[in-house]
Amino acid sequence: MKKVFFTTETRRQHRVSPRKQNLCVPLRNLSVSVVKAAVFLLLFLPAVFAQAPYQRIVNAHKEPGNWLTYSGNYQGHRHSSLSQINTTNVARLKPLWVYQMRDPGKVETTPLVVDGTLYISEKPHVVTALDGRTGRPLWTYRRTTPPNARGCCGIPNRGLAILDDTLYLTTFDSHLVALDMHTGKPRWDVLVADYKLGYTMTAAPLALKDKIIVGVAGGEYGIRGFLDAYDAKTGKRLWRFWTVPGPGEPGNETWEGDSWKTGGAPTWVTGSYDPALNLIYWGTGNPAPDWNGDDREGDNLYSDCLLALDADTGKRRWHFQFTPHDLYDWDANQVPVLFDAVVNDKPRKLIAQANRNAFYYVLDRVTGEFLSGTPYIKQTWAKGLDAKGRPIKLPNTEPTTEGTLLYPGLGGATNWYSPTYSPQTKLFYVLARENHPQVFYKANTPYHAGDLFEGGGARDLAGVEPFGVVKALEATTGQQRWEFKLHAPAMAGLLSTAGGLVFGGSPEGYFYALDATTGKPLWQFMAGAQIVTNPVSYLVNGKQHVAITAGPALFVFALD
Amino acid sequence: MKLLKGLSLLVGSALTLFSLALSSANNKAQGEKLYQVHCAACHGPNGEGGLGPTLAAPQLTRASDDEALFKIIKDGIAGTEMPSSRLEVEAIKELVRWVRNLGQRPVEKIGGDATRGGKLYFTKGDCASCHAINGRGSAFGPDLSDIGLRRGATHLRASLIEPEADVPKSFLMFRPGTALPENFLQVRVVTADGKRIKGVRINEDTFTIHLRELSGRVHSFFKSELKELHKDWGKSPMPSYRSVFTGEEMEDVVAFLVSLRGER
Repeated sequence: MKKVFFTTETRRQHRVSPRKQNLCVPLRNLSVSVVKAAVFLLLFLPAVFAQAPYQRIVNAHKEPGNWLTYSGNYQGHRHSSLSQINTTNVARLKPLWVYQMRDPGKVETTPLVVDGTLYISEKPHVVTALDGRTGRPLWTYRRTTPPNARGCCGIPNRGLAILDDTLYLTTFDSHLVALDMHTGKPRWDVLVADYKLGYTMTAAPLALKDKIIVGVAGGEYGIRGFLDAYDAKTGKRLWRFWTVPGPGEPGNETWEGDSWKTGGAPTWVTGSYDPALNLIYWGTGNPAPDWNGDDREGDNLYSDCLLALDADTGKRRWHFQFTPHDLYDWDANQVPVLFDAVVNDKPRKLIAQANRNAFYYVLDRVTGEFLSGTPYIKQTWAKGLDAKGRPIKLPNTEPTTEGTLLYPGLGGATNWYSPTYSPQTKLFYVLARENHPQVFYKANTPYHAGDLFEGGGARDLAGVEPFGVVKALEATTGQQRWEFKLHAPAMAGLLSTAGGLVFGGSPEGYFYALDATTGKPLWQFMAGAQIVTNPVSYLVNGKQHVAITAGPALFVFALD
Repeated sequence: MKLLKGLSLLVGSALTLFSLALSSANNKAQGEKLYQVHCAACHGPNGEGGLGPTLAAPQLTRASDDEALFKIIKDGIAGTEMPSSRLEVEAIKELVRWVRNLGQRPVEKIGGDATRGGKLYFTKGDCASCHAINGRGSAFGPDLSDIGLRRGATHLRASLIEPEADVPKSFLMFRPGTALPENFLQVRVVTADGKRIKGVRINEDTFTIHLRELSGRVHSFFKSELKELHKDWGKSPMPSYRSVFTGEEMEDVVAFLVSLRGER
């Protein structure tokens, strides 16, 4: 393991949690034996008092005042059941404070909020705890990045995970770091993968039970993708699921020759989890090389798949492949959304994904059975989907040396930014990109470890004006209920709230709120820098807040 | 036996030499192929220039050596329409070789006299009423201070004769990095109180639009507050100079524009 440098500044004593305060005060008046017992409890049962134990995350919907995991709950909803800010008063929403980060550039983090404190990841590897009332930093953790660590698309970090009283950070040089949530001091730091082979880590980990689940990026570098689970206490690896199966494993036959060794299928966006089924749902990315499939004949499992893995063993329960033998870099890493509904008169446990390939899919999340798939933006690559959900490809849609024009383009119908599901409206809201066809071209790509391994690319078409659009889809069918056009294609996720609102961001820097039922714009705020992240909502001192980063600054809003 | 060995060695060497020559020819073909797919649309099939500057020149202003050229192809040029590339290192090297090869060809001939063209620009053409050169002139149209770096003679000549044939085609993805303000789209609005205003779009977002009148005055509107908003795609506020300049004068003006390389 490489030596890791870090500094920790403790700028202010961390506020003691209300639960701990209540426990401490009466101690003075108690008899010695009771004091001893209490001391024993404090010393040996820290987990009992840990701030964010697993059960708290499982029941995240019962405490909307906090934001305990990347998508707000394990189901991937990014929904807040708070309704203080609602359609009648959102026009009065005002910025409360702004936290300016030290490193310039856009930030893609989703803050976590625990009992009034915000925890954010900044660029490149800075973690800061902020007082939710003022935005003043409580502590900062800094870690250096090797200058030669490379990725396709900047050095983003999309946020943290929390479990008990530990925060978890993935790093661009593919480490997983555990930090004391009260001080920012590192507890352990383990190597996940070799960045020199093109592995990077940008996603927030997913903490569940006693495990930390992490994925990797690097689909443009010919990595062999995987999903890992680590022991939350020690950092010991518990299991690894290779998203490109090796020889002798089922699925390896879908790769020509040795192409599986550099097959890609990265796991670069945080997945979802069903605690009752004990299944992790995680999307995988493109097969490598992206645009040239000549040397990887076959379906290339498990690229562009949704995987259902047993959380304890990492064993595959089922998989569903959206784009077999992908030639367009249409990753299937979009956040999977879990909900229960009646389909064809039958109550079902469902999982939905608005896929980068332009189709909205609904599957049974117990079995992986395909139920429906509907295009939600223009697409020109598939005639449709067959009964099992496999695309029926149109002829002459493969990238060529001269280029092939297709909808959607490389950026896809949507991308890594989060959708949201509102249990109130039963709608699935997704930010899509319209009118962005691109010319996909193929090139030769010899593999050199750690170098780009893409086999082509995509070119824009002159005179085309793509734009962003927020779409409200009926969650069980994918039928569009309304849409709201943005002037430019955006890269910002959505948040729905029980106040009947959908919040989102734009590249010009608008943070805006739409009526969740009609799509009508109700409020906007110009933050002055590109918004490329996901919003969250929570309570501080009983008052609802909404937060989002714009450029390198975190903006927090509340009613005046 | 010895002879045979010697002979085979000789044949082997000849074959190696032949295959080396062949691979060099292949690379050249590869470089040209890549150029036609990735560069020709803007820089012309033979590097004569078009939307982008001419590359058929022995010296490239922005790329003094191969390393600089490699970096430009890889990273693009911020503030211009030159995008970055996702091509592999070897492919970019092939492109560098091909672009250098273009420089060995005759440069596009510009017959006109730049000094005379400069005078025409400011007098008969009245171009400065819309365009600025190094701060001199209006900001209504695109700034021309370094237009010679960005556009070839053929393109400039065509734009003077038929401006609407090539209204700048901006692209949103590049906008954050380009100097082109929302592609000079001509916009007409009717305000809530019935006022009609025409100008070029200098900024637009989801909720607002800014436009500049010919007088230079800038207006900012919430789109939701406008009665009407028309975007005249494909239109250009620029008049044709076909009947303004004689053939010779046109060449002089083109020569003048090509000579504009920004303030040094």
